[in-house]
Amino acid sequence: MIKRLKVSLVGNPNSGKSTLFNRLTGLNQKIANFPGVTVEKKTGSMTIGSSDGSDYHIDITDLPGTYSLYPKTLEEQIPFQVLCDPTNESHPDVTVIIADGTNLKRSLFLCSQIVDLKSPAILVVNMMDQVTKSGVEINFIRLSKELGIPVIPMNARDGDGIDFLKNAIISNISVPENDFIDTALFAPEVVQSIRQSVKLNSNYVAFQIANNIDQISFFNDRQERRAQIKEILNRYGFDHSIMQASETLKRYEVISLLVKQVLKAKNAIPSKEKTFTRKLDNLLMHRFWGYFIFLAILFVIFQAVFAWAAWPMEMVDQAFTWMSIKVHDAIPEGVFNDLLVEGILAGLGGVVIFIPQIVLLFTFIAILEDTGYMARVSFMMDKLLRRFGLNGRSVIPLISGVACAVPAILSARTIASWKERLITILVTPLMSCSARLPVYALLISLVVPDHKYLGVIGLQGLVLFALYLIGFIAAMGSALLMKFIVKAKERSYFIMEIPVYRMPRWKNIGYTIVEKVRVFIFEAGKVIVAISVVLWVLSSSGPGAAFKDVKSQLETADPADTELQNHLAAEKLRLSYAGITGRAIEPIIEPLGFDWKIGIALITSFAAREVFVGTMSTIYSVGGSDEDIATVREKMMAEKNDKTGLPQYNLAVGWSLMLFYAFAMQCMSTMAVVRRETGSWKWPLIQFAFMGVLAYISSFIIYRILS
Amino acid sequence: MRGDFKKLSEIKLGESAVIESFTDDTMKLKLLEMGCLPGEVVTVTRFAPFGDPMAIAVADSMLSLRMSEAANVLVSVRS
Ligand SMILES: Nc1nc2c(ncn2[C@@H]2O[C@H](COP(=O)(O)OP(=O)(O)O)[C@@H](O)[C@H]2O)c(=O)[nH]1
Ligand SMILES: [Mg+2]
Repeated sequence: MIKRLKVSLVGNPNSGKSTLFNRLTGLNQKIANFPGVTVEKKTGSMTIGSSDGSDYHIDITDLPGTYSLYPKTLEEQIPFQVLCDPTNESHPDVTVIIADGTNLKRSLFLCSQIVDLKSPAILVVNMMDQVTKSGVEINFIRLSKELGIPVIPMNARDGDGIDFLKNAIISNISVPENDFIDTALFAPEVVQSIRQSVKLNSNYVAFQIANNIDQISFFNDRQERRAQIKEILNRYGFDHSIMQASETLKRYEVISLLVKQVLKAKNAIPSKEKTFTRKLDNLLMHRFWGYFIFLAILFVIFQAVFAWAAWPMEMVDQAFTWMSIKVHDAIPEGVFNDLLVEGILAGLGGVVIFIPQIVLLFTFIAILEDTGYMARVSFMMDKLLRRFGLNGRSVIPLISGVACAVPAILSARTIASWKERLITILVTPLMSCSARLPVYALLISLVVPDHKYLGVIGLQGLVLFALYLIGFIAAMGSALLMKFIVKAKERSYFIMEIPVYRMPRWKNIGYTIVEKVRVFIFEAGKVIVAISVVLWVLSSSGPGAAFKDVKSQLETADPADTELQNHLAAEKLRLSYAGITGRAIEPIIEPLGFDWKIGIALITSFAAREVFVGTMSTIYSVGGSDEDIATVREKMMAEKNDKTGLPQYNLAVGWSLMLFYAFAMQCMSTMAVVRRETGSWKWPLIQFAFMGVLAYISSFIIYRILS
Repeated sequence: MRGDFKKLSEIKLGESAVIESFTDDTMKLKLLEMGCLPGEVVTVTRFAPFGDPMAIAVADSMLSLRMSEAANVLVSVRS
């Protein structure tokens, strides 16, 4: 027989929840030293065979790390809602509380709150290897007796204690008998009245309801009940902050006594980790060397993302070209063939090409997080970033934005203050992402001469660097602006734990990368492919007889005559819906120095910026799916402006275009993610408009100055 | 002795003090649950390079907080 059980893992940040979760489910995921990084609800499952022959199927949820049940940030609301509301879909049959054994007092605080909820719970005391090393002994039997729940010592890193935990989970544990502290003492009338009005397990649940009445979703469809309870709170003058403070102090008072009874520091040795951490911090957080090392690390990361990724990206490109040809040849000519090759495969290629850079970037970031270094970077950068309305923790999204804004924006979740998080989300897309690189590369090679200074420093490289710098400056400038516009929903705070340094776990870093790539493929990929298909429709169909005529000419044209083929393809694009739109917007973009051909590219690259290059090669009749950059460049160089007769792609137009691509929000995937993270279309639309205006004005100005 | 109360933000690097009370409710709750209780000894272990935020050792952990946050914590210095 198979029985099902729901288990939730809850604990302080960095207590080892994720490590334990991986142990139990075998389905590894992110592990980091950066406080609060487990933001998404992670679930997994395992099967435990019991001695009586029945199997248990266990569904495990890894809840975000929290110090208490009181929700203060977005992330902390999740454990509160899951554990306090029995109607919540993730409400567990058994709650497993993970305590950091080296910081037992603080861990017991959360634990004692959960004990008072009066639902089955198990306490896992983790990091036992370090506890033992520091010469401390814990009396687990006593601890278990005092708490009224099973207590299991654990070393989640090596897996010691896992089997005991598994047995405990299926052993049908009863609810704790005694209150750890009786919260009814703080507000007797309120607790009693609430318990009369709603059926509840314990006084403490009533107390929690009184404290967080607006956050409990259970009352969302029972508004009159909520109003009734609020009336009770008013009647007795219930003050949340006084109540929470009294509860907290009382709990710690009892815990201090308890810890004195169960902890024995035999021959306390200062922990090696802490000594090592302090020494390393003297260097890594030094007022000069700290920044120097951080910059050096950034430099290595950039070097990796751009130089090392080039080779696998080339392979991806060639693989897709090869596939396109194969598919094209394997299926009869026609609409379906075109859709597959020019719509879907082209879209997929545009997604996969970025995976090497994303993998490399997030390998570095995962290592920096897992070792605990990122918390230090946040610490060092907080003051600088705060001036711009950002937060020390905005560093990760901003750096990640250099690869791709989609995972970058998701990583902004660790920022506790809504305002700082929102501003981070809004400005991250201004960081030059890897999709802009091919556009920059083409345009730079077009308008910037290949000078070398001092024999090594190339002018083209300098311009590329300048573009990245411009993106960064624009991000910071916009943040500063938004700091004054965006209204804060709540106070911002930065209180966080700085963890000790630990060796990274390679396996876990591997899983982090898999996760990031998955996010990229599912969040960004599906939008890119979908839009790629839409754009294919727009650029492969058109109104009127002229389009039909060109289309049939193209179909009957001699395949050997590539020149004619390419010419007809360009003509077809001009007459297509995309082409018509490009011409329609020409008056709007003319002040920026753009013609209708660029207009088409602007439209087609709305899905993803790098499509610009592909569109240019079609417009300039380079043809074929194998885009030969050199050929596109030659054709673009030879292009004359219809009105002036001078080269179309001069320095002014080149810079105007580059700035446009630097600033404009040409990325549907990013907008979709911003919508998801901010909860409405309001912010992505504001962001779109803001970046659009910024792009337009900057391009206009630079074009005027240079021409 | 009342006269000896200082703000945590005024404590110098390497010095220790005892937490007495808090002047801001939100901050108070957050700090309390992280183990910054009245009576606990805090040691200022580090300032970020531009003097803000600060890192403190309290109970068994190292916490970082902004100076504006530390200004809400009243401490007493024992000599
Ligand atoms: N020494 C030791 N380290 C551990 C143990 N369990 C977890 N860790 C490490 O503690 C750090 C934080 O663990 P993690 O699972 O990410 O904590 P979470 O924030 O609660 O999910 C990681 O570097 C782990 O490798 C343990 O039992 N002993
Ligand atoms: Mg975790």
